[in-house]
Amino acid sequence: MTIDTSFDQDAQKLTISIRGRFDFSAHKDFRESYEQTQNPANSYSIDMSDANYIDSSALGMLLLLRDHAGGDHADVEIVNCNADVKKILTISNFDQLFTIH
Amino acid sequence: MNSFSNPAFATKVLVADDNAVDRKVLSAIVRRAGYQVIDAVDGNDALEKYYAQAPDLVLLDALMPGKDGFAVAREIKAGSQDKFVPIIFLTSLTEASELARCVEAGGDDFLSKPYNRVILNAKLSALQRVRDMHQTLQRQRDEISKHHMQLVADQEAAKAVFDNVAHARHLDVSYIKHLLSPLALFNGDVLLAAQNPNNNVYVLLGDFTGHGLAAAIGALPLSDVFYGMTAKGFSLPEIMRECNRKLCSVLPAGYFCCAAGLYIDFGRQTVEFWNGGLPSVYLRRKQALALKPALLPLASNHLPLGILSADKFSDVTEVVEVAQGDRLFMATDGVIEARDENGSYYGSHRLESMVRESPIDQVFGSVKRDVYGFMQEQDRDDDITMVEIEIVPADTIQAKASPPVEAGGPSDWKFSYELGCESLKNFNPLPLLQQVLMEAPYLRTRSTEIYTVMAELYSNALEHGVLGLNSSMKSSAEGFAQYYAARAKALEQVDGWVRFSFSAYVQQTRVKLEIRVEDSGAGFDYVTYLQKAREDSAQNNGYHGRGVKLLWDLCNRVDYIAPGNAVEVHMSWENDNGRND
Repeated sequence: MTIDTSFDQDAQKLTISIRGRFDFSAHKDFRESYEQTQNPANSYSIDMSDANYIDSSALGMLLLLRDHAGGDHADVEIVNCNADVKKILTISNFDQLFTIH
Repeated sequence: MNSFSNPAFATKVLVADDNAVDRKVLSAIVRRAGYQVIDAVDGNDALEKYYAQAPDLVLLDALMPGKDGFAVAREIKAGSQDKFVPIIFLTSLTEASELARCVEAGGDDFLSKPYNRVILNAKLSALQRVRDMHQTLQRQRDEISKHHMQLVADQEAAKAVFDNVAHARHLDVSYIKHLLSPLALFNGDVLLAAQNPNNNVYVLLGDFTGHGLAAAIGALPLSDVFYGMTAKGFSLPEIMRECNRKLCSVLPAGYFCCAAGLYIDFGRQTVEFWNGGLPSVYLRRKQALALKPALLPLASNHLPLGILSADKFSDVTEVVEVAQGDRLFMATDGVIEARDENGSYYGSHRLESMVRESPIDQVFGSVKRDVYGFMQEQDRDDDITMVEIEIVPADTIQAKASPPVEAGGPSDWKFSYELGCESLKNFNPLPLLQQVLMEAPYLRTRSTEIYTVMAELYSNALEHGVLGLNSSMKSSAEGFAQYYAARAKALEQVDGWVRFSFSAYVQQTRVKLEIRVEDSGAGFDYVTYLQKAREDSAQNNGYHGRGVKLLWDLCNRVDYIAPGNAVEVHMSWENDNGRND
């Protein structure tokens, strides 16, 4: 599992890319990926193109990011989910909390 | 490390050489380096002194009369399993193969004669460093294993506590089959079941995020809320709402509980469900009919518990009709995510087809066998939680033992209680009324019957009287769902009231309880309705008027009052106050 981050051109939107299994072992890295940025981001995009697995503790981490990003006012999208990842997100009805593409 | 000045703490070195001169030379060098020396004159003497004085290092001549150095080294190494005692062979041998033999016999190093003091000292202190490191490792290993044992003991103790709180109770009944792996709790799985005062059954399966104690800790407040509220007769939406509120307040951010709650009304043959984040609950029908497929997945339609604040939480439940012999099957994601030796997942398709294709009375066993067969041996019992509930005739459900009755409490009283439209929308009066009624000790032995009668009268008054819904809608599967949708919609714009009046007293040895429930509706043609219900009842044709038949069974008198917007029932029995039967 690896996590990469990048800002868009205007340094507004932070993209966090997850590769491999997104589970509890990612806890520290994932948290640092958005807490240790130079400037706070206005919006977040979680890129799941290369994530092949996600478990419930990863869902918890997404909730923590959502809190960090402003709770109900957070602008967090989850993009490029494969079918398995999407299914987990759907079962938990996370589409009510995140924009999922 | 070496306490040169204090021989008691000095490292003890055993010097074994049959050649007295060599031995003396060597001993002198070693002693001068600050070690305490033990002399041995041959192999047997070396072993004897080794056992008696437990040296920390051994210098061993390879060739000695009696037991040679190789034999002594093998014996020392064989006997010191955990302890690391370095052995240095002293040898005039120079053949590579002979030197290799020294190492094979357990030697950690060798030193060629004639001895070089500088090299010997360097080797001694090098081996001592190795020995110190070995001891540190050993100490840490022992500490870890002690901590581990402590952890296991703690988990076992915690499990015993949690088992008492979170499981057991109502699970050991014939119509519930369940599988909870031994440490399922520490995978965050919780399975709760209870009866309400009406003898209907609630089941809640939860799966907390994470593993270990963090995952298990939420089980306590969850089961507290669940058992407390089911016993008082709260409805499923009320229970789920309170579970969510409680978990929101106790769980740290990022922790939540995927859960499904079921309310099974065996008398009416309905199942109400709320599913937040758990894999679909399956309803497997004994008999598939048009619009009633053999397998109906009750999918997750909510966020898990412990995420949304009370004002955003949705307690909307759905109701499905079931029949005797149908099975409800639930599992946490441990089943779907079970993996075989190639790392492929068991998956929901395979689970779904097992539930659909197995013989109806073997659903649980088939799934269990199939999942276990699929998993690798060492993973079994890891994270598998599943439960099956069979729809049985209502009279199979054993009534809960009545609590012992104490004396005191009110003996003759009346009260009435009216709900306005705002209350009808979102308040369930039954737990409150039940609580008031149970203040009278002589009513307690009939708590189930009283609750049932009250619930029946209230739902009729609300649904047919105030909301004007037509119960004949419920006679088809399609209509059944429509009925509940219409009920929810009508409730949103309800305008009306329901009034309860209670009167209870003890007359000599008989207890009398009168309940009157009146609603703001226009009434209905109860004469025809009762006529029809009586005919159906006589022909044992159970569709219409199930409700009123229940009332006839439980009450001595049931009177509809014109124009049909009020019903008065009388219940009466011998005062068995003080008996616990």
